[in-house]
Amino acid sequence: MSRPGRDDAPDRLYTLTQGRTRPGPDSPFDLVTLVVAESDARPGMQSEHVAILKMTERPTAVVEVAAELRLPVSITKVLLSDLLAAGRVSARHPYTAAVPDPDILEQVLVGLRNL
Amino acid sequence: MDSAISDARTPLGASADNGLKIVVVGGFGVGKTTLVRSVSEIRPLNTEETMTRAGEAVDDISEVSGKTATTVAFDFGRITLDARNVLYLFGAPGQERFWFLWDRLFSGTLGAVVLVDTRRIDDSWYAIDRLEHHGTPFIVACNDFGGPAFAHSDIREALDLDPHVPLLDCDARSRASSKQVLITLVQHIKDQYTGQDRSADRAPRADRATQADLPRQEFV
Repeated sequence: MSRPGRDDAPDRLYTLTQGRTRPGPDSPFDLVTLVVAESDARPGMQSEHVAILKMTERPTAVVEVAAELRLPVSITKVLLSDLLAAGRVSARHPYTAAVPDPDILEQVLVGLRNL
Repeated sequence: MDSAISDARTPLGASADNGLKIVVVGGFGVGKTTLVRSVSEIRPLNTEETMTRAGEAVDDISEVSGKTATTVAFDFGRITLDARNVLYLFGAPGQERFWFLWDRLFSGTLGAVVLVDTRRIDDSWYAIDRLEHHGTPFIVACNDFGGPAFAHSDIREALDLDPHVPLLDCDARSRASSKQVLITLVQHIKDQYTGQDRSADRAPRADRATQADLPRQEFV
């Protein structure tokens, strides 16, 4: 079976996601949510899912997955939502709060000074 | 290419569990990607986000008749801070359409660096206005393009910059200088939130109220 190429028309994106252009309204994924594979790829899986499982053997941010797949972030989130719902990946969400945690800010400062 | 930068697929440590965001905003050619590259542990990558206008409750869709989607491309790099924290640096275009995607892409961002070319200072007004509007802490860094140096007081005046916003010169090609820009930003964020805690009972955000009263119609 032939597979569409990287630079096909936008229809390809709809095919990838079965017509969805954005993840559900409760999509948990932030740009910097770290995604970790929880299972190996299986024969017959969609090629993008295979690629995601392979690249997330170590924690990988949503935005890195998107860049690697050369897909828009929103399309990438749809693919990740499917994998998350199937239990094939887990998601480590950023600790976000209305006001940043002073301890985290201090850790950021220390990390930057050590660069 | 900087030899300190490893391959884009350099994996994170298995214990990494907290992604953080800082955004570098500035006009075309101002050195955003250069700054990101100077401090990133990976070669800067590029990706894009698309906002479909259909069904969105907004905006000036009448002005872009026939246009159904807004696409914004942005660069990013990465700094592993420690075993758990990973900082992602985004180089984002400051142009108008980008701000439609700000909430979706950069909600929860720690803060922003407005990178300025002092030869084209007006390019930065809009970014500063939008960051104030979103309540995102930011600093201003003037990238050194070898032109005549401007007094900071002149730059502040030209940008109509609030006195509490840090302003510094930098060389985006330099790792040490770019690192100092990020440290200045995070220190500013820390000071700002600590200060807010202390004054919360008295006059919260009085400075911002004053700011909002300034006539800024040209950016609305």
